[in-house]
Amino acid sequence: MDAMTLLTLLICAGILFGAISAVSMGNVVSAVIAAGLTSLFAAVTYVILSAPDVAMTEASIGSGLSTAIFLYAINRTRRQEREKND
Amino acid sequence: MAKRLLIILTLFLLALMFWDVVASYSEKQQLAPVAAHYVGQGPDELGAPNLVTAVVVAYRGLDTLGEVTVLFLAALAVGLLLGTGASERNTGPANPASEIVETAVEYLFPIALLFGVYIFINGHLSPGGGFQGGAVIASASLLLFLALPGVRLRHALLSAIESLSGFSYVLVGLLGLVLAGGFLDNRALPLGDYGALFSAGTIPIIYTLIGLKVGAELSVVVERFRGNA
Repeated sequence: MDAMTLLTLLICAGILFGAISAVSMGNVVSAVIAAGLTSLFAAVTYVILSAPDVAMTEASIGSGLSTAIFLYAINRTRRQEREKND
Repeated sequence: MAKRLLIILTLFLLALMFWDVVASYSEKQQLAPVAAHYVGQGPDELGAPNLVTAVVVAYRGLDTLGEVTVLFLAALAVGLLLGTGASERNTGPANPASEIVETAVEYLFPIALLFGVYIFINGHLSPGGGFQGGAVIASASLLLFLALPGVRLRHALLSAIESLSGFSYVLVGLLGLVLAGGFLDNRALPLGDYGALFSAGTIPIIYTLIGLKVGAELSVVVERFRGNA
Protein backbone atom coordinates (compact mmCIF):
# COMPACT_ATOMS: atom_id res chain seq x y z
CA MET A 1 0.00 0.00 0.00
CA ASP A 2 1.56 3.30 -1.01
CA ALA A 3 1.42 6.57 0.94
CA MET A 4 -1.33 8.07 -1.21
CA THR A 5 -3.71 5.19 -0.58
CA LEU A 6 -2.97 5.36 3.14
CA LEU A 7 -3.68 9.10 3.19
CA THR A 8 -6.93 8.60 1.28
CA LEU A 9 -8.04 5.90 3.70
CA LEU A 10 -7.22 8.16 6.67
CA ILE A 11 -9.25 11.02 5.19
CA CYS A 12 -12.17 8.70 4.44
CA ALA A 13 -11.99 7.52 8.06
CA GLY A 14 -12.15 11.21 8.99
CA ILE A 15 -15.38 11.59 6.97
CA LEU A 16 -16.93 8.62 8.78
CA PHE A 17 -15.73 9.87 12.16
CA GLY A 18 -17.14 13.35 11.52
CA ALA A 19 -20.48 12.01 10.33
CA ILE A 20 -20.91 9.60 13.24
CA SER A 21 -19.99 12.23 15.81
CA ALA A 22 -22.36 14.71 14.15
CA VAL A 23 -25.21 12.25 14.68
CA SER A 24 -24.25 11.04 18.14
CA MET A 25 -23.13 14.23 19.87
CA GLY A 26 -25.50 15.59 22.48
CA ASN A 27 -24.52 19.24 22.13
CA VAL A 28 -26.06 20.79 19.01
CA VAL A 29 -23.21 23.24 18.41
CA SER A 30 -20.59 20.47 18.55
CA ALA A 31 -22.71 18.41 16.16
CA VAL A 32 -22.78 21.29 13.65
CA ILE A 33 -19.00 21.66 13.89
CA ALA A 34 -18.62 17.90 13.35
CA ALA A 35 -20.84 18.13 10.25
CA GLY A 36 -18.60 20.92 8.96
CA LEU A 37 -15.57 18.72 9.58
CA THR A 38 -17.22 15.96 7.54
CA SER A 39 -17.61 18.37 4.62
CA LEU A 40 -14.01 19.50 4.94
CA PHE A 41 -12.70 15.93 4.76
CA ALA A 42 -15.05 15.25 1.83
CA ALA A 43 -13.62 18.29 0.03
CA VAL A 44 -10.08 16.92 0.46
CA THR A 45 -11.27 13.57 -0.90
CA TYR A 46 -12.66 15.32 -3.99
CA VAL A 47 -9.27 16.95 -4.59
CA ILE A 48 -7.60 13.52 -4.35
CA LEU A 49 -10.16 12.15 -6.82
CA SER A 50 -9.16 15.07 -9.11
CA ALA A 51 -12.50 16.88 -8.96
CA PRO A 52 -11.35 20.36 -7.86
CA ASP A 53 -14.57 22.02 -9.05
CA VAL A 54 -16.68 19.96 -6.69
CA ALA A 55 -14.10 20.32 -3.91
CA MET A 56 -14.32 24.11 -4.07
CA THR A 57 -18.10 24.04 -3.71
CA GLU A 58 -17.96 21.51 -0.90
CA ALA A 59 -15.32 23.43 1.03
CA SER A 60 -16.94 26.85 0.77
CA ILE A 61 -20.62 25.89 1.03
CA GLY A 62 -20.53 22.61 2.95
CA SER A 63 -18.01 23.45 5.61
CA GLY A 64 -18.14 27.26 5.52
CA LEU A 65 -21.49 28.83 4.79
CA SER A 66 -23.85 26.07 5.94
CA THR A 67 -21.99 25.70 9.26
CA ALA A 68 -22.30 29.45 9.83
CA ILE A 69 -25.99 29.44 8.87
CA PHE A 70 -26.66 26.54 11.28
CA LEU A 71 -24.83 28.34 14.09
CA TYR A 72 -26.76 31.56 13.46
CA ALA A 73 -30.04 29.63 13.41
CA ILE A 74 -29.21 27.85 16.70
CA ASN A 75 -28.28 31.17 18.24
CA ARG A 76 -31.57 32.76 17.22
CA THR A 77 -33.84 29.89 18.25
CA ARG A 78 -32.12 29.70 21.64
CA ARG A 79 -32.73 33.38 22.21
CA GLN A 80 -36.42 32.96 21.34
CA GLU A 81 -36.68 30.07 23.79
CA ARG A 82 -35.12 32.19 26.50
CA GLU A 83 -37.54 35.05 25.76
CA LYS A 84 -40.48 32.68 25.92
CA ASN A 85 -39.37 31.32 29.28
CA ASP A 86 -38.95 34.75 30.84
CA MET B 1 -38.29 -3.56 21.56
CA ALA B 2 -40.55 -3.57 18.53
CA LYS B 3 -39.21 -0.14 17.62
CA ARG B 4 -35.60 -1.32 17.78
CA LEU B 5 -36.46 -4.36 15.69
CA LEU B 6 -38.05 -2.07 13.12
CA ILE B 7 -34.92 0.08 13.00
CA ILE B 8 -32.71 -2.97 12.50
CA LEU B 9 -35.02 -4.26 9.78
CA THR B 10 -34.94 -0.87 8.02
CA LEU B 11 -31.14 -0.78 8.21
CA PHE B 12 -30.98 -4.33 6.85
CA LEU B 13 -33.21 -3.45 3.90
CA LEU B 14 -31.15 -0.33 3.25
CA ALA B 15 -27.97 -2.42 3.29
CA LEU B 16 -29.60 -4.89 0.90
CA MET B 17 -30.43 -2.03 -1.45
CA PHE B 18 -26.89 -0.68 -1.44
CA TRP B 19 -25.35 -4.15 -1.58
CA ASP B 20 -26.74 -4.51 -5.07
CA VAL B 21 -24.98 -1.33 -6.14
CA VAL B 22 -21.69 -2.29 -4.48
CA ALA B 23 -21.71 -5.87 -5.75
CA SER B 24 -22.34 -4.86 -9.36
CA TYR B 25 -19.56 -2.28 -9.31
CA SER B 26 -16.68 -2.80 -11.63
CA GLU B 27 -14.14 -0.29 -12.74
CA LYS B 28 -15.11 1.09 -16.13
CA GLN B 29 -12.53 0.63 -18.84
CA GLN B 30 -14.03 3.18 -21.21
CA LEU B 31 -16.28 6.22 -21.09
CA ALA B 32 -19.97 6.10 -21.83
CA PRO B 33 -20.74 7.27 -25.41
CA VAL B 34 -22.05 10.70 -24.35
CA ALA B 35 -19.09 11.28 -22.03
CA ALA B 36 -16.70 10.16 -24.75
CA HIS B 37 -18.25 12.74 -27.08
CA TYR B 38 -17.90 15.50 -24.46
CA VAL B 39 -14.28 14.61 -23.72
CA GLY B 40 -13.30 14.11 -27.36
CA GLN B 41 -15.19 16.89 -29.09
CA GLY B 42 -15.83 19.34 -26.21
CA PRO B 43 -12.64 21.42 -26.52
CA ASP B 44 -13.10 21.75 -30.30
CA GLU B 45 -16.83 22.44 -30.19
CA LEU B 46 -16.99 24.90 -27.31
CA GLY B 47 -13.42 26.12 -26.87
CA ALA B 48 -13.30 25.84 -23.08
CA PRO B 49 -10.14 24.25 -21.58
CA ASN B 50 -12.03 23.41 -18.35
CA LEU B 51 -14.24 20.61 -19.58
CA VAL B 52 -16.38 20.64 -16.44
CA THR B 53 -17.42 24.20 -17.21
CA ALA B 54 -18.19 23.31 -20.82
CA VAL B 55 -20.52 20.56 -19.65
CA VAL B 56 -22.12 22.60 -16.87
CA VAL B 57 -22.72 25.81 -18.81
CA ALA B 58 -23.16 24.69 -22.41
CA TYR B 59 -24.01 20.99 -22.83
CA ARG B 60 -26.08 20.89 -19.63
CA GLY B 61 -26.91 24.60 -19.56
CA LEU B 62 -30.60 24.06 -18.94
CA ASP B 63 -29.82 22.12 -15.73
CA THR B 64 -27.68 25.02 -14.54
CA LEU B 65 -30.50 27.45 -15.24
CA GLY B 66 -32.71 25.17 -13.14
CA GLU B 67 -30.14 25.13 -10.33
CA VAL B 68 -29.96 28.91 -10.36
CA THR B 69 -33.75 29.02 -10.18
CA VAL B 70 -33.79 26.62 -7.21
CA LEU B 71 -31.25 28.78 -5.38
CA PHE B 72 -33.30 31.87 -6.19
CA LEU B 73 -36.44 30.26 -4.77
CA ALA B 74 -34.56 29.19 -1.63
CA ALA B 75 -33.23 32.72 -1.10
CA LEU B 76 -36.72 34.08 -1.71
CA ALA B 77 -38.20 31.73 0.91
CA VAL B 78 -35.53 32.71 3.44
CA GLY B 79 -36.29 36.36 2.77
CA LEU B 80 -40.01 35.73 3.15
CA LEU B 81 -39.59 33.89 6.47
CA LEU B 82 -36.80 35.92 8.06
CA GLY B 83 -36.99 39.16 6.13
CA THR B 84 -39.24 41.66 7.85
CA GLY B 85 -40.24 40.62 11.36
CA ALA B 86 -36.75 39.61 12.40
CA SER B 87 -35.15 43.02 12.26
CA GLU B 88 -37.55 44.42 14.85
CA ARG B 89 -36.46 41.87 17.43
CA ASN B 90 -33.30 43.81 18.11
CA THR B 91 -31.52 42.90 21.30
CA GLY B 92 -28.95 45.65 21.22
CA PRO B 93 -25.47 45.60 19.70
CA ALA B 94 -23.57 42.32 19.81
CA ASN B 95 -20.10 42.02 21.25
CA PRO B 96 -17.60 43.55 18.85
CA ALA B 97 -14.63 41.49 17.72
CA SER B 98 -11.14 42.39 18.89
CA GLU B 99 -9.29 45.15 17.11
CA ILE B 100 -6.81 42.73 15.55
CA VAL B 101 -9.62 40.72 13.94
CA GLU B 102 -11.36 43.88 12.77
CA THR B 103 -8.24 45.30 11.14
CA ALA B 104 -7.32 41.95 9.57
CA VAL B 105 -10.79 41.54 8.09
CA GLU B 106 -10.75 45.06 6.71
CA TYR B 107 -7.65 44.09 4.74
CA LEU B 108 -8.76 40.55 3.90
CA PHE B 109 -12.30 41.35 2.75
CA PRO B 110 -11.38 43.03 -0.56
CA ILE B 111 -8.85 40.29 -1.31
CA ALA B 112 -11.39 37.54 -0.64
CA LEU B 113 -13.92 39.38 -2.80
CA LEU B 114 -11.36 39.69 -5.59
CA PHE B 115 -10.54 35.99 -5.32
CA GLY B 116 -14.23 35.15 -5.76
CA VAL B 117 -14.34 37.32 -8.89
CA TYR B 118 -11.17 35.65 -10.16
CA ILE B 119 -12.71 32.20 -9.70
CA PHE B 120 -15.82 32.94 -11.73
CA ILE B 121 -14.12 34.99 -14.45
CA ASN B 122 -11.61 32.17 -15.04
CA GLY B 123 -14.31 29.50 -14.78
CA HIS B 124 -13.76 28.33 -18.36
CA LEU B 125 -9.97 28.11 -17.94
CA SER B 126 -9.28 26.78 -14.45
CA PRO B 127 -11.28 24.82 -11.86
CA GLY B 128 -14.14 26.81 -10.42
CA GLY B 129 -16.95 28.85 -11.81
CA GLY B 130 -20.00 30.88 -10.99
CA PHE B 131 -21.26 28.86 -8.05
CA GLN B 132 -17.82 28.48 -6.47
CA GLY B 133 -16.95 32.15 -6.99
CA GLY B 134 -20.30 33.24 -5.61
CA ALA B 135 -19.80 31.04 -2.54
CA VAL B 136 -16.35 32.58 -1.96
CA ILE B 137 -17.91 36.06 -2.19
CA ALA B 138 -20.56 35.03 0.34
CA SER B 139 -17.80 33.67 2.61
CA ALA B 140 -16.12 37.07 2.38
CA SER B 141 -19.37 38.70 3.53
CA LEU B 142 -19.55 36.14 6.34
CA LEU B 143 -16.07 37.20 7.44
CA LEU B 144 -17.31 40.78 7.48
CA PHE B 145 -20.33 39.86 9.61
CA LEU B 146 -18.18 37.96 12.10
CA ALA B 147 -15.69 40.80 12.57
CA LEU B 148 -17.97 43.83 12.34
CA PRO B 149 -21.36 43.09 13.93
CA GLY B 150 -22.73 46.52 13.04
CA VAL B 151 -22.26 46.14 9.30
CA ARG B 152 -25.36 46.11 7.05
CA LEU B 153 -25.68 45.06 3.43
CA ARG B 154 -27.54 47.22 0.97
CA HIS B 155 -30.39 44.88 0.15
CA ALA B 156 -31.83 47.11 -2.57
CA LEU B 157 -28.53 47.13 -4.48
CA LEU B 158 -27.98 43.39 -4.03
CA SER B 159 -31.52 42.56 -5.18
CA ALA B 160 -30.99 44.75 -8.22
CA ILE B 161 -27.72 42.93 -9.04
CA GLU B 162 -29.39 39.58 -8.51
CA SER B 163 -32.46 40.24 -10.65
CA LEU B 164 -30.47 41.92 -13.42
CA SER B 165 -27.97 39.06 -13.66
CA GLY B 166 -30.73 36.44 -13.62
CA PHE B 167 -32.56 38.30 -16.36
CA SER B 168 -29.39 38.72 -18.43
CA TYR B 169 -28.60 35.00 -18.04
CA VAL B 170 -31.85 34.07 -19.75
CA LEU B 171 -31.27 36.81 -22.31
CA VAL B 172 -27.81 35.42 -23.17
CA GLY B 173 -29.44 31.99 -23.44
CA LEU B 174 -31.99 33.36 -25.90
CA LEU B 175 -29.13 34.96 -27.83
CA GLY B 176 -27.79 31.45 -28.31
CA LEU B 177 -31.17 30.41 -29.67
CA VAL B 178 -31.11 33.21 -32.24
CA LEU B 179 -27.43 33.31 -33.25
CA ALA B 180 -26.30 29.72 -32.69
CA GLY B 181 -27.59 26.18 -32.35
CA GLY B 182 -30.03 26.46 -29.47
CA PHE B 183 -31.00 27.85 -26.09
CA LEU B 184 -27.87 28.60 -23.98
CA ASP B 185 -25.55 27.65 -26.86
CA ASN B 186 -22.27 29.41 -26.08
CA ARG B 187 -21.32 29.89 -29.74
CA ALA B 188 -23.48 33.02 -29.98
CA LEU B 189 -20.16 34.88 -29.65
CA PRO B 190 -16.95 33.87 -31.47
CA LEU B 191 -14.99 31.17 -29.65
CA GLY B 192 -11.73 33.14 -29.79
CA ASP B 193 -8.28 31.76 -29.02
CA TYR B 194 -8.30 28.50 -27.10
CA GLY B 195 -7.17 29.22 -23.53
CA ALA B 196 -7.49 33.02 -23.67
CA LEU B 197 -9.49 34.92 -21.06
CA PHE B 198 -12.00 36.21 -23.62
CA SER B 199 -12.76 32.94 -25.34
CA ALA B 200 -15.26 30.07 -25.32
CA GLY B 201 -18.13 32.25 -26.57
CA THR B 202 -20.67 33.24 -23.94
CA ILE B 203 -19.36 30.92 -21.18
CA PRO B 204 -17.41 33.65 -19.31
CA ILE B 205 -20.40 36.00 -19.55
CA ILE B 206 -22.81 33.38 -18.20
CA TYR B 207 -20.45 32.43 -15.37
CA THR B 208 -19.89 36.07 -14.43
CA LEU B 209 -23.66 36.55 -14.24
CA ILE B 210 -24.10 33.36 -12.19
CA GLY B 211 -21.23 34.39 -9.90
CA LEU B 212 -22.75 37.81 -9.22
CA LYS B 213 -26.18 36.30 -8.70
CA VAL B 214 -25.06 33.52 -6.36
CA GLY B 215 -22.73 35.85 -4.44
CA ALA B 216 -25.50 38.41 -3.85
CA GLU B 217 -28.07 35.74 -2.99
CA LEU B 218 -25.93 33.81 -0.51
CA SER B 219 -24.65 36.98 1.16
CA VAL B 220 -28.22 38.12 1.76
CA VAL B 221 -29.22 34.64 3.01
CA VAL B 222 -26.34 34.62 5.52
CA GLU B 223 -27.24 38.12 6.67
CA ARG B 224 -30.89 37.18 7.09
CA PHE B 225 -29.91 34.24 9.28
CA ARG B 226 -27.61 36.48 11.30
CA GLY B 227 -30.52 38.83 11.97
CA ASN B 228 -29.68 41.85 14.08
CA ALA B 229 -27.77 39.84 16.64
